[in-house]
Amino acid sequence: MGSEKNASIKRIQATGQMKKIMADYFYQLDEAARSGSSKIAWCTSVGPAELLLSLGFQVYYPENHGAMLGATRQANDYIPVANAIGYSPDICSYLTSDIGAYIKQETPLTRAYPGIEGLPRPDVLVFNTNQCRDVQDWLGWYARELQVPIMGVSTFRNIGDVTDLAVTNIAGQIRELIPELEQISGNRFDLDRFREVMALSGRCTELWKQVLETNLAKPAPMSFFDATIQMGPAVVLRGSETAIAYYETLLAELKTRVSEGIGAVDNERFRLYWEGMPVWGKLRDLSELFIGLDTAVIASTYCNSWIFDAFDPEDPFNSMARAYTEIFIVRDEAFKQRYIEDIVSRFGLHGLIFHDSKTCPNNSNNRYCLPERLEESLQIPTLTINGDLNDMRCYSDEQAKTNIEAFIEQLESR
Amino acid sequence: MKYYVGIDIGASTTKALILDGERQVLGSGVVFSGADFSRAADEAFKRACEPVAEDVRSSCFITTTGYGRKNIAYADQNMTEISCHALGTYHHFPHPHTVVDIGGQDSKVITVEASGNRTHFRMNRKCAAGTGAFLEEMANRLQVELDDLNELALQAEQDIEINSYCTVFAASEILTRIREGVSVPDIVRGVFNSVIRRVIEMDPLEGSIVLCGGVVAYFPVLAKMFETRLGREIFVPPLPQLTGALGAALYSWKAEGDKNA
Repeated sequence: MGSEKNASIKRIQATGQMKKIMADYFYQLDEAARSGSSKIAWCTSVGPAELLLSLGFQVYYPENHGAMLGATRQANDYIPVANAIGYSPDICSYLTSDIGAYIKQETPLTRAYPGIEGLPRPDVLVFNTNQCRDVQDWLGWYARELQVPIMGVSTFRNIGDVTDLAVTNIAGQIRELIPELEQISGNRFDLDRFREVMALSGRCTELWKQVLETNLAKPAPMSFFDATIQMGPAVVLRGSETAIAYYETLLAELKTRVSEGIGAVDNERFRLYWEGMPVWGKLRDLSELFIGLDTAVIASTYCNSWIFDAFDPEDPFNSMARAYTEIFIVRDEAFKQRYIEDIVSRFGLHGLIFHDSKTCPNNSNNRYCLPERLEESLQIPTLTINGDLNDMRCYSDEQAKTNIEAFIEQLESR
Repeated sequence: MKYYVGIDIGASTTKALILDGERQVLGSGVVFSGADFSRAADEAFKRACEPVAEDVRSSCFITTTGYGRKNIAYADQNMTEISCHALGTYHHFPHPHTVVDIGGQDSKVITVEASGNRTHFRMNRKCAAGTGAFLEEMANRLQVELDDLNELALQAEQDIEINSYCTVFAASEILTRIREGVSVPDIVRGVFNSVIRRVIEMDPLEGSIVLCGGVVAYFPVLAKMFETRLGREIFVPPLPQLTGALGAALYSWKAEGDKNA
């Protein structure tokens, strides 16, 4: 039932520390790019970052920049610029907003981090198509624009089990990157260093998983909307001690919340799953809307996508290949259904929200009847919201709000 | 005497309805929403009060719904139009059914189970196709009065298809039909068929279908065409445009009942 309540978001104290380590990360990248002290690799967010780090590259993630453009609501200033040069409004709006911003020579980094004047110029561009083909096309534009080498891993799609054959293939593709990366970095590949980075990444991802699993508690201590911000270090700083230290701090804070019975949402009545991309430009609005409805959105495929259980420093190539291939987005519908069923059951969820993101078909999992199959198997309702990760031309506040409120009214009447 | 009021502030029109304690309709009013939701709600409420001798405002419970549901300061509560339409149709058809509500700027399909609870709902996506706004645009394109569409559709001699689910593209298709010499009544029927197709694409529409909303209120031919298309009887409540307002008034009645329980 609609009611107007004070819906303030509870601040996670650790966030201050996160802002500092993220600032340090961007300043270090900027310094490296200016001074040439380290080579810079641009890498897709679920790409072979650990290999690049082991070779001494500083790694920049364009998807993180895309999310910043969305969250700061600047994306729609830039998407039309990319549309105008021929990139369709129907393709990834991370791509179009990021390329549009580059063409205009603007970035939210300059406002967030005084002294930074632009993106760190890449020495190499490395992709993994496990997320989608768009990431390859995205980096491809920069390769042409900046005359920088591009290389990457082409993954399998819609697979059920991750077979040894697939792992061997992907591991082989990762190995094949090494000679050229050695040449660009000026460093020899060092297996022990690679193992060290894998161990650090493994520890980071393990802690991130523990952070997300604090939401098994009732009430859940952290919302999906908080988690999309808190995952920053898991994306851009995995492979470092810094990220590990951060997640230890965050985990301790969330465990305290759990022990004290403090939830992200007071009077948590309903617990929901968010499937698909965040609507970056509406994180706060949506967070407050759900708080006002006493509803906690506490589990998601998106935030889980940076949990890499398979990482094994003793077998770094194969385990990285497996970890980056067994993520949700690569898998077939049967796997996706089982995966969500398991989470709904473990987290005690009352419903699922699917975000049909106009420009992100690969991460819009409502399009092949998954909601309907889950309603049938779980006997809980689902709701699909139309929107987009960055392009707010595709999102209607009023439609989304009415749909969400009607969904909660439906849960109330059950 | 206590009165139970529902006000449905829709994108195109605002509807108000008053019930007594026996859930009998005492009055109703419909006005254009315009740009001032609050004023539209006042006006619709005033019209609904006209047949009632007593001062309704002095003893009433008000539930608002629709796009402007949160703009009315004196409302006691608000509910979404999804819930209100479901309760409104269930009042007349207390058995499992699927509600098809075609409003000014959106369409909804809502599944109601035997208990009256909703199990599922869908709203049309971002385009106006399949809504009253689409019909307004098509009438404008054909240079006929909106009020004449129903009669024109009844004069049609053939079924033609307007396929596009983009209102602008549909208008282009109409131009093509005009060039082909298709008569205006046939095109108008095609336009209604297009509305039906947009709804059929939203849901399998199983079981009993209850059709409501302003579009079927003004264009009853649509219900007949739905029946032909689906091959089964379509139910229409007595005041189809006021279904949301009725549902809201019933929520008012329930809220008072809950308070007294």
